[in-house]
Parts: sequence; C-alpha cells; structure tokens
Amino acid sequence: MVDVVIIGGGVVGCMIARELSRYQLKTVLLEKEDDVASGTSKANSAIIHAGYDAKPGTLKAKLNVRGNPLFDKICSELDVPFKRIGSLVVALNEEEVKVLEELLQRGKTNGVPGLEIINREKLMEMEPNISREARAALYAPTAGIVCPYELTIALAENASRNGVEIKLNSPVLSIGVENGEVLAVRTPGETIYTRYVVNAAGLFADEISRMAGAEDYRITPRKGEYLIFDRRFGGIVNTAIFPTPTKISKGILVCPTVDGNFFIGPNSNDVREKDDVAVTQQGIEEIIKSARKLVPELPLKHVIASFAGLRAVSNTDDFVIGASKKVKGFINVGGIQSPGLSSAPAIAEMVVGILKEEGLELKEKSDYNPERPQIFKFRRLSCQEKRELIRRNPAYGRVICRCETVTEGEIIDAIRRPVGARSLDAVKRRTRAGMGRCQGGFCSPRVVEILARELGIDPLEVTKCGSGSEILRGRTKEFIETGGVTGAK
Amino acid sequence: MRLVVLPVQNRELVIIGGGPAGLSAAVEARRLGIKDVLVIDRESEPGGILKQCIHTGFGLHVFKEELTGPEYAERFIEQAENLGVEIMLNTMVIELTADRRIVAVNSREGLIEIQAKAVILAMGCRERTRGAINIPGFRPAGIFTAGTAQRFVNIEGYMPGREIVILGSGDIGLIMARRLTLEGAKVRCVVEIMPYSNGLTRNIVQCLEDYGIPLLLKHTVVNIHGRKRVEGVTIAEVDDDMKPIMETAKFVPCDTLLLSVGLIPENELSRLADIEIDEVTGGPVVNQRMETSVPGIFACGNVLHVHDLVDYVTQEAVSAARGAASYLADGGKKYKHIPVSPGNGLRYVLPQRINVDAMPEERQNFFMRSVRPMAKARLFVESERGVIKSSVLRYVKPSEMISIQLDRDEMRGIKMLNFSLREEGDSVERGE
Ligand SMILES: Cc1cc2nc3c(=O)[nH]c(=O)nc-3n(C[C@H](O)[C@H](O)[C@H](O)COP(=O)(O)OP(=O)(O)OC[C@H]3O[C@@H](n4cnc5c(N)ncnc54)[C@H](O)[C@@H]3O)c2cc1C
Ligand SMILES: Cc1cc2nc3c(=O)[nH]c(=O)nc-3n(C[C@H](O)[C@H](O)[C@H](O)COP(=O)(O)OP(=O)(O)OC[C@H]3O[C@@H](n4cnc5c(N)ncnc54)[C@H](O)[C@@H]3O)c2cc1C
Repeated sequence: MVDVVIIGGGVVGCMIARELSRYQLKTVLLEKEDDVASGTSKANSAIIHAGYDAKPGTLKAKLNVRGNPLFDKICSELDVPFKRIGSLVVALNEEEVKVLEELLQRGKTNGVPGLEIINREKLMEMEPNISREARAALYAPTAGIVCPYELTIALAENASRNGVEIKLNSPVLSIGVENGEVLAVRTPGETIYTRYVVNAAGLFADEISRMAGAEDYRITPRKGEYLIFDRRFGGIVNTAIFPTPTKISKGILVCPTVDGNFFIGPNSNDVREKDDVAVTQQGIEEIIKSARKLVPELPLKHVIASFAGLRAVSNTDDFVIGASKKVKGFINVGGIQSPGLSSAPAIAEMVVGILKEEGLELKEKSDYNPERPQIFKFRRLSCQEKRELIRRNPAYGRVICRCETVTEGEIIDAIRRPVGARSLDAVKRRTRAGMGRCQGGFCSPRVVEILARELGIDPLEVTKCGSGSEILRGRTKEFIETGGVTGAK
Repeated sequence: MRLVVLPVQNRELVIIGGGPAGLSAAVEARRLGIKDVLVIDRESEPGGILKQCIHTGFGLHVFKEELTGPEYAERFIEQAENLGVEIMLNTMVIELTADRRIVAVNSREGLIEIQAKAVILAMGCRERTRGAINIPGFRPAGIFTAGTAQRFVNIEGYMPGREIVILGSGDIGLIMARRLTLEGAKVRCVVEIMPYSNGLTRNIVQCLEDYGIPLLLKHTVVNIHGRKRVEGVTIAEVDDDMKPIMETAKFVPCDTLLLSVGLIPENELSRLADIEIDEVTGGPVVNQRMETSVPGIFACGNVLHVHDLVDYVTQEAVSAARGAASYLADGGKKYKHIPVSPGNGLRYVLPQRINVDAMPEERQNFFMRSVRPMAKARLFVESERGVIKSSVLRYVKPSEMISIQLDRDEMRGIKMLNFSLREEGDSVERGE
C-alpha cells in the first residue's frame, strides 16, 4: 500500500513527485516509456514565460506568474542551466503595435513585473538581426529559457534520491475504484494499492480520467514543429523572439536554447493521433516562412535536426487541475498545454495543497535534500578542473561525442545515476552525446558499446528509445546463413 | 583567463589527424628533415576513415596497385614509424589558437598543452545528416549515415538492417549497397535527387549494376514511417526545381534508411583559430603551399575539401608538408598573393590564392570540381593577359575531382588566375 501514485513522468509529474518527496510519504511515479521526459516535456519551446499571454483569471495566468520566479531556486538546486534572457513580442506594423499595448495591459493585470514597450531603435540594438520592418516590441525581462528534458530528468533523479520510486516501462492499464474511492493502479507487471492517484499523463490524461470513472474531458493533440540550428549560429538572436500573437497562437518564434543553439518554430496544427510526432514538409516550409518575417537571414544550410511536439489541448480551454468530485483520491492534472512548463512548479504546489485538503497528511522529512549532486559537463569545465577530473577518473579523458565534447565518464554517470539512461536517446538527453551537428554519426557506435557494457546486455539489445527501437538487427554473416539474398559475384 | 600555469610542450610540427592526409604529411615532413613531427589522432589506431574502407580501390595513382583502405593506410603507418614520427593516439585536440597553441585531452596524461612552430590540419570530414536535408517524418531507430553503417558492419561486426533504402548516391552509400547485399541484406534501391549520380562511375557499375540494385535518379525520400523502428519510406520523383511531385509518391517498405548525402569538412578547430573558411569548399582558404589565412597553419585532405580519391589526398598532404617545411625555414616571411578563381562551369578551385615566386616546387597542383556533368569540356586557364593554357577533358562529373598542374614559368608576373570549363558537344544525361 502506497500513499500516492503519480501517473506520467513529464515535467508536471516529476515536479509533483519532487514536491511530495519532502514529506514522509510512500510515492510511486509510473511512466509508460523507458525514460522520463519522453512525451511533450521533451519537445517544446523551453521558455519560462513571463505570463502576459494568458487570459487574466485563468489557472494558466495565475500559475504561470507564480511559477516563473521559482525557477532560479529550483534550477540552482538541481544544477540545471536556466537563463533569464528575456522575451520580445515584435510588431511589424501599426496594427500590431496596438496589440502590444493590449498585451502590456494584460500582463500588468496578471501581475507580470518589468514589462515595457521598446521602440525600434532599442530593439535593433538588442537584436541586430531582426527584420527591418520591425516597429516596436514588448519586452519581458523575466522570461527565461531552460532545457525542459534536463529539468524533468533532474526532478525525477532528485525525487528518486529522496525516496520516490520511479517505475519506467510501466503503462497504467486500469485503475481500481471501490466505494467511490481510489483503490489500486494496475500496470502489466503489478497492481499497486494506493490512497491517492495523481493523473499527470499529459496527452492521455483524459483517458486515464475515464479509466478511473472520474471527470470526462477531452484532450486533442495539436502539433508544433521545429527546426534546430548548429551552435555556431547561436548568436543570431539574444532573446526569445515572438511575432505579435493572433487569436489562435503565440506564433512561430526564433529563440536561443540554453545549450547555445537556436531554433525556429512551432507552428500549430491539430492532428488525429496522440503519437503523431512526424515532421511534415508543409510544416517545415511554414515555420521557415514565418520565422523569416522576424529574422530574414536564417542560416538554413545549418539546420541540424527537426522535431515535433504535441500540445495537450483540453476542451475546457484551461488547465484541468483538481480533485475528482466522482472518485475520491483521484486528482486530475490534465490539459497542461503551454505555459505548462513555466507553470509546473506552481502546479506542483497546488497539487500538494489539493492532496492535503483531500486528507493526505504531510509530515516533513528531516533528511530531504533538495540538491542534485553535481553533474560533470566536461565541455563547461576550466582547464584545471578538466585536468583534476581526468586524474581522478581517466574515463573523463576519453571523448566519445566529438561535436559536443562528451566524455565516456559522463556517459557512464548518466547510466549509473538514479533514473539512469537505458537507451541511446536517454543518454543523449542526459549528456548531449549525439545532439550536435553530426547527430550521433560518430558517437552512436561507441555509445551502443558503452550501454551494452554498463547494462550487461548484448549490443543487439540496445535501443534508441525502448523496446521495439533496437538499433542493430544482427551480426554480420548472420543473414546469409538464415537465407538472405546472397551476392552475385 | 587561466589561473594555473600549465606545463607547455614545445613542438616543431604538430599534425592534427592521423588519416591518410596526416600520415602522408608526417612522412614527407620527416623526409624533408623536420626532426620533431607529432601526429595526434583521437582514435585508437591511425588510418582515419580508411580503417573502415575494407573494399579495394585505393592507391591506383600513388602505388599503381589496387589496395584496400587499411592496406593503403598501413603503407604510410609503416613509413611513419620507420621515420620516427611520433603518433599520439586516443587523444582529441579540443582547442587551437591562431598562435598555434593546442590543447588536447586523453585519459593517460589528462590535458596536454602544446606550443607548435607549425601546424598541419588533417581532421577529415563528417557526414551530412537527415537534419541538414530536412527529411519529413518520424524519428525512429534505423536511420544511419552510410559511414556510420559502414563502421557498424566493417569494424563492429553488426548489421544495421535487413531491408534497406539508400538516399543519395555518394560513394560511401554505393559501397555500402554492395557490402550489405553481400552480407545478406536486401537493398531495395538507391534514391538520388539529382539527374546524375554523385558517386564514381566505377562504383555505380561495381556496386549497383553488378547486383541489380536500382538507382532512381531525380527521386527523393519525402517521408519516413515508423514510430520505434523504420517501417518504410515514401519516395517520389522530383521536378526540375527539385520539388517532389507528390502524384508519383510511393511507399517502399524497409527497416533501414541509409543517408549518403554528402560530406562536410570538419573545421571546428579551424574556426577556433579564426582561420578563414571558404563557403563553397567548407574548408580553409589556402595558398600555394597549403597555408591557411593564419601563418604557420596548413591544411590538407578532407578538412580542406572533400576528396573522392585518396591518392589526391596524399598529393595534397605532400604539398602541405613542403609548405610547412618552407615556413619553418623562412620563419613566416610575408608574401603577396594573387587570387585564383573559379569561372564558368566550376564550383571551386584550390588553392584559392598563390604566390608564384614562393611556390615550394616548380609546378603547382590545382584541384577543382565542375558544377555539372559534361561529356566533353574544355578547361581554360586565364590570367589578365589571356588564356595561358587549355585542355580537353572527357566525362567530367562534379563527383570526380579535376587536377591539373601549371609550371612556374607559365605563371610568372601574372596578377590573377581564372579557371573555367566550357562544354563541347552534348551534356551527359546519366553519369555513364
Ligand atoms: C509545441 C509546444 C511548445 C510549448 N512551448 C512551451 C513553452 O515555451 N513554455 C511552456 O511553459 N510550456 C510550453 N509548452 C507546454 C509544455 O511543454 C507542457 O505543458 C508540458 O511539457 C506538459 O508536461 P506534462 O508532464 O503534463 O506532459 P508530458 O510531458 O506529455 O508527460 C506525460 C507523461 O505521461 C506518460 N503517460 C501517458 N499515459 C500513460 C499511462 N497510461 N501510464 C503511464 N504513463 C503514461 C507519457 O508517456 C508522458 O511521459 C509547449 C508545448 C508544445 C507542444
Ligand atoms: C567511406 C569512404 C569511402 C572511400 N572510398 C575511397 C576509395 O574507394 N578509393 C579512394 O581512393 N578513396 C576513397 N575515399 C576517399 C579518401 O580515402 C578519403 O577522402 C581520405 O581518407 C581522407 O583522408 P583524411 O586524412 O583527410 O581524413 P580522415 O581519413 O577522415 O582522417 C582524419 C583523422 O583525423 C582525426 N581527427 C579529426 N579531428 C581530430 C581532433 N580534433 N583531434 C584528434 N584527431 C582528430 C580523425 O579521427 C581521423 O582519424 C573514401 C572516403 C570515404 C569517407
């Protein structure tokens, strides 16, 4: 019997897990994929929004504005890079300048600090590569950028060190309810008896809610596609640059990443399937066309990757957060679309509050440690630190990923730490090995080898992202014996 | 910036990269009497990309025999060892400055700082990836660059897939088509967006035609299917603007997509040293002695421009070593250069500038690539005074480098050099 089961290892589920790990509770987090941050939390714009965008009075507005200032502390405790680079909403004509005024007012109503409309000159000074058409911009100094999967992984790791059990490859199949109260959660491997269930299943939160017989709402996937560029061109913009928003979307932006690259995207298209993260030709063309309106000179020859993420759009138009009125002990945290990442710390606080109201006793632990032990990132160290580290452990002297200068020591760490990497993508998200300009061309054979060795498995069993995504198909000579096509001579 | 003074090694000539370019340069440098020659390579064995090229076809020009990649490399490794070249392996250079300071890292010595009198860049190249060409679709397992697949098969002994589609008809892709077929995989087709192949003609014949593997010209991959592992790709014909014609789209089932869509010189270190890079070649701008815009730093091989024949790599490396030797002898005397430019029909010409009087040899090599295939073409070499030389070339292809030599006497006193290619007769439809 546990106290709380959290369903979903995205940023929301992991933030809640960490928040609960402060207390003397038995908490389990269930994630269906082979790693946390495998859903929407790995593919988004990574912006910690200032909070001027959401409609006043909504949960989105409230939790975004409350969440934003919490990032400095969280990211420093977890050793996750976070940069308050500020954001700009750029107006390209007089019509749009009027919209900036509205946004400014809305921001003030939401309680966003430091907002300011800047003129063309100031804008050009801040962003020399911006379109000559630009008239003015709304500057939000408190907006920041973070690496969303690194944050999610760090939260999971910290929660795990503080006693939360994180179970990967554990899709929730059904939820047992007795006398109107949550009883148990079933996965393929086991049945976990619990008093509370927190539904943070992202795109699938509606299905989980229905599974428990709780509130009925609908989540539809809305795709956003991105192109990411070589780090060499990272300096093209300094802030997160948005076009003036329309009724439907915040628009396609040009934005730096914490790792020094920059991206363009996302567009916004409803799709049918909740796992349709395919990038489309039209999508690529659409984001290039729009992004060029903001920054005309894009180094299109230096795109290194494209990807897509799915927004979990609820039919209520706001986050769906609250205790179920139908099933006691069941808490919905659904429809967490943008600004879900920015709001996550505040969402977690709110959920803990709800659990308390629902009767969960919260006694603080004496040994809760909010800090994540340092992660060595070779390429960020000084010469002296590098030297010292290699002396202590020679594995840090073997560079595996040459584009991002990632060493074998870092990859071994990523595998051995709590909630450790089990696949190529998981190593990539933790170390950046394979995320650079060659996209794993050189390092993937060696990462496969290290994973196999560390996990004690055959290289043929190493996957890209969990079962079914094995990288290799057999040994050489094997197919000939099994009757494959033999070569003519 | 640095707090601690590191023990710095002083070296005469440091060569970054121990592939055929680096090794050839090292051998030549020793022969020219440079005593202290250090080659640094991050791999555990020297030889560079040749280690995984176990097919034959290397050395026809230099040794007049057909060697495999490893055999070709072995000849230089042996010579290098006999001549006392020091090769530092498992060591990656992570920093290079314009005053020729090098920081390298390995697990034995940790961080190594070297002050070199002269440096030769021979870092080779990397493969273009899916991102660079923006193929739509999912991102499952089963998408490899051809070189990575080659490494898996030839070095690690693993098969990347059973049913394969290859995008791009670069040489590595062609060679992998044959290799995988011999290993029992089914190569469904090679898809090439251009109306001609980017590979050597001999590779088309020996790797595709001999095995009945279809080469689909003017086609591309427009979608990748499969959430976890590739389940197939959609291919389509392209129009003259290289836009896919969606009516021609068809699904090809496969579990693997190999990409052979080009190579990019690996110039991250060169950029750190503020070396001027040619946007067309992707490598440094060099002069008659293969010297980059930064005095005392030279370049050769794939880091300079992508080669299809290793013999030319060796030739170029010899020039770079001679250049470095002359630099070490003249102490970096400043010379004026005249520009060398590509005219009609040519994508680039290397070196991009020369000083005729300071040529290390009596003859100068020029390397160039055409913009498109031509069955017959005339190459013109002109100065401000007019045509210096012209010659007829047959079966010109962008994928096959053109190399010509000019004597010092042909170039004395000129102010510029321009190379151009004029087609004679019909153009070649297919690179046959
Ligand atoms: C294109 C785009 C851009 C965005 N940009 C921003 C931005 O700049 N700033 C911002 O603040 N927000 C942004 N967002 C929103 C933000 O990304 C999301 O709000 C946030 O990531 C949601 O996190 P989550 O944990 O709710 O969902 P997810 O990360 O999707 O996590 C849900 C998890 O539940 C798991 N799961 C599902 N079903 C089950 C089951 N049955 N059993 C077990 N596990 C299950 C999934 O595998 C998944 O890992 C953006 C979103 C998109 C799509
Ligand atoms: C797959 C393939 C097939 C080919 N087939 C043929 C053929 O059949 N016949 C033929 O004649 N030619 C062929 N070629 C062409 C020719 O052999 C190559 O172009 C040639 O190997 C290039 O030599 P290089 O020394 O410039 O580069 P490489 O061989 O790539 O060597 C570069 C070396 O530098 C090292 N290095 C790079 N950066 C660093 C750093 N920072 N620190 C330390 N070390 C570093 C690398 O590890 C590598 O060992 C082929 C090329 C390829 C890629």
